[in-house]
Amino acid sequence: MALPAYATTKDKIWYYTFRVICYAIFFFLMAPIMIMIPLSFNVQPYFSFTPEMLRLSPEGYSLRWYQDFLSSDSWMRSIRNSFIIGIASTALATTLGTLAALGLSRSEMPFKGAIMALLISPMIVPLIISAAGMFFFFSQINISGTYLGVILAHTALGTPFVIITVTATLVGFDHSLTRAAASLGASPSRAFFKITMPLILPGVISGALFAFITSFDEIVIVLFVAGPGQRTIPREMWSGIREDISPTILAVATLMVLLSVLLLLVIELLRRRSERLRGLSPG
Amino acid sequence: MVQADAGAMPPSTTTTTAPKEKLTTSDGRSLKTALRQAERRRRIAAFLLVAPLLFFILTFFVFPIAQMMWRSVDNPQVVRALPNTLEALSGWDGRDLPPEEVFAALHADFVADSERPRREQAMGPLGVRLNYELSAARGAISRTARQAPNFEAPFRDAFTDAHRLWGDPALWRVIQREGRALTSAYYVAALDRQFDEFGNIELRDENRRIYISLFIRTILLSVAITFLTFLLGFPIAYYLSILPMRYANLLMICVLLPFWTSLLVRTSAWIVLLQQQGVINSTLVGLGIIGDDSRLSMIYNMTGTIVAMTHILLPFMVLPLYSVMRTIPPSYMRAAKSLGATPSTAFRRVYFPQTLPGIGAGGVLVFIISIGYYITPALVGGQSGRMISNEIARHMQQSLNWGLAAALGTMLLVGVLVLYWLYNRLVGADSLKLG
Repeated sequence: MALPAYATTKDKIWYYTFRVICYAIFFFLMAPIMIMIPLSFNVQPYFSFTPEMLRLSPEGYSLRWYQDFLSSDSWMRSIRNSFIIGIASTALATTLGTLAALGLSRSEMPFKGAIMALLISPMIVPLIISAAGMFFFFSQINISGTYLGVILAHTALGTPFVIITVTATLVGFDHSLTRAAASLGASPSRAFFKITMPLILPGVISGALFAFITSFDEIVIVLFVAGPGQRTIPREMWSGIREDISPTILAVATLMVLLSVLLLLVIELLRRRSERLRGLSPG
Repeated sequence: MVQADAGAMPPSTTTTTAPKEKLTTSDGRSLKTALRQAERRRRIAAFLLVAPLLFFILTFFVFPIAQMMWRSVDNPQVVRALPNTLEALSGWDGRDLPPEEVFAALHADFVADSERPRREQAMGPLGVRLNYELSAARGAISRTARQAPNFEAPFRDAFTDAHRLWGDPALWRVIQREGRALTSAYYVAALDRQFDEFGNIELRDENRRIYISLFIRTILLSVAITFLTFLLGFPIAYYLSILPMRYANLLMICVLLPFWTSLLVRTSAWIVLLQQQGVINSTLVGLGIIGDDSRLSMIYNMTGTIVAMTHILLPFMVLPLYSVMRTIPPSYMRAAKSLGATPSTAFRRVYFPQTLPGIGAGGVLVFIISIGYYITPALVGGQSGRMISNEIARHMQQSLNWGLAAALGTMLLVGVLVLYWLYNRLVGADSLKLG
């Protein structure tokens, strides 16, 4: 919105002040994340810019923290663990969540509101309480300190996201399409995979991404339920921050930021595709 | 609803000739029953789709939490370890030391326990349990457990010789009070209270009160963080909403990228920025604004918690606000101005009230999340930035007082669920927006 020609001086001052305030807030949001990227190339084990770095001289920069990260067994193991747990719990959460969302979006579903509130609750209940509950329960059934335990816990945390995104896609879904498929002789499962699935796929994928990032970023449950064999990336960062904070953390953080940029792009593309498919906005 | 079952009951076979006659399907059932059955089948089908997840969440999420809450009142230790003693103690008035037969029953309990296999012995848990109420009780139980099988009558002297605590009526009052399957003791402790010698509940000494002030601090911190996210979130949500879609989407990255970035990455970013040898302090020293010996301590205290959590939770405020503001037509403001309102009046009376649903949704969401936050306060909070979750984690992992952890957790959970219920009333759980 540009300033109109008749704007008074007061209007102008306000117009620019407001923009300066807004950009300052955007700066507050982005700066902490951005500042870590150059610092991760620091030669010195410090968290501030050295004079060499400020002069942009090549001696001030190095890849030693990345090398440190890539040659560390515990970091590599944590990457593997994060992906095992993340992928398994995402697969479970997406399957269970999509089925449930399909049921919940049917008009005949009994107790819809109550069941919805219950299924969303893992997102609302403070993590420390979920973790405490699972800590006791999982050690009773002997899955504490196993992959299975962490995967089941992360599945519970991930399903609300799948339900929310898939239900949102189903809002614009035209149920006469499946009826048309049925009237043309398709079995329910064929109608689902040929008609319903392709249409709700953007919602399913973005739900799956949310579930994955939830598991990938989760630490409280891991602290309580996982054993030393299931240390994930956040768990490794946690002890890195608590015990010996070194710029290796910043190298990991930079790579994680790159990963989130990637995820952000995928989600945005999916959102656009979904809106186009549902005819909500042009291209 | 009926069309999908049309194949089962073609309309041509439905009797329509006599108006008084009941409508039936081809196989002679009344249309009403057939419809009701079809409806029921579809309800069951819908429910079956939800059932696997419902079962999963009930088993691996709701049940564990319910079980944890049960721990806050569950009190099996005394009943299991001292059945005879409790029976003998039932007539005791709670003033002087109990009579000899109570000590004889106590001896019988100790003997019975020493004969059980090691894994089933009840005196260890008993000592831990009594120690929550009376310090040194654990030592008394464990020392007595080693010697008690060899005691000879009179047992009263034998026990008081073994440990002085057996001669203290306070211990006996605790045993009598906690000799029930359910207890309120954990909640009494979680509210900074204790039992006096007559069994009344009183406040603890000033220097031993922890939890109420911690709850108050948690709530105040959450209010402060919610208010700050509103203060910072409102202008940028408004700015994004008046920009053309193309630029808004581009600037939205500044909100979404932090939202998608790992929590631990963002927390370590603040450590890098705020610590004494960190970027901000070094810059200030380098510019000569502060001396090298007077670096600001901005982290490992309340400031650190507030700054880092405001940054982390800001997107949760901006996103609902933005989605509400997008729907407010700009013509309303123009209309207000053309009717003579000053810009500030137009904003206050016309625009702001329409953003209230967004403020409510974002505010409750941020408040709910921050009140149960654990990671950031644990990493950057130090002593003064601790919140109730940190105390729960401490009791879970270090002091191992699980009953107290469960009581604190239950109180926190009830608070959050009340807010969730409010949020549901306000905006509906299924309208949560994600990015």
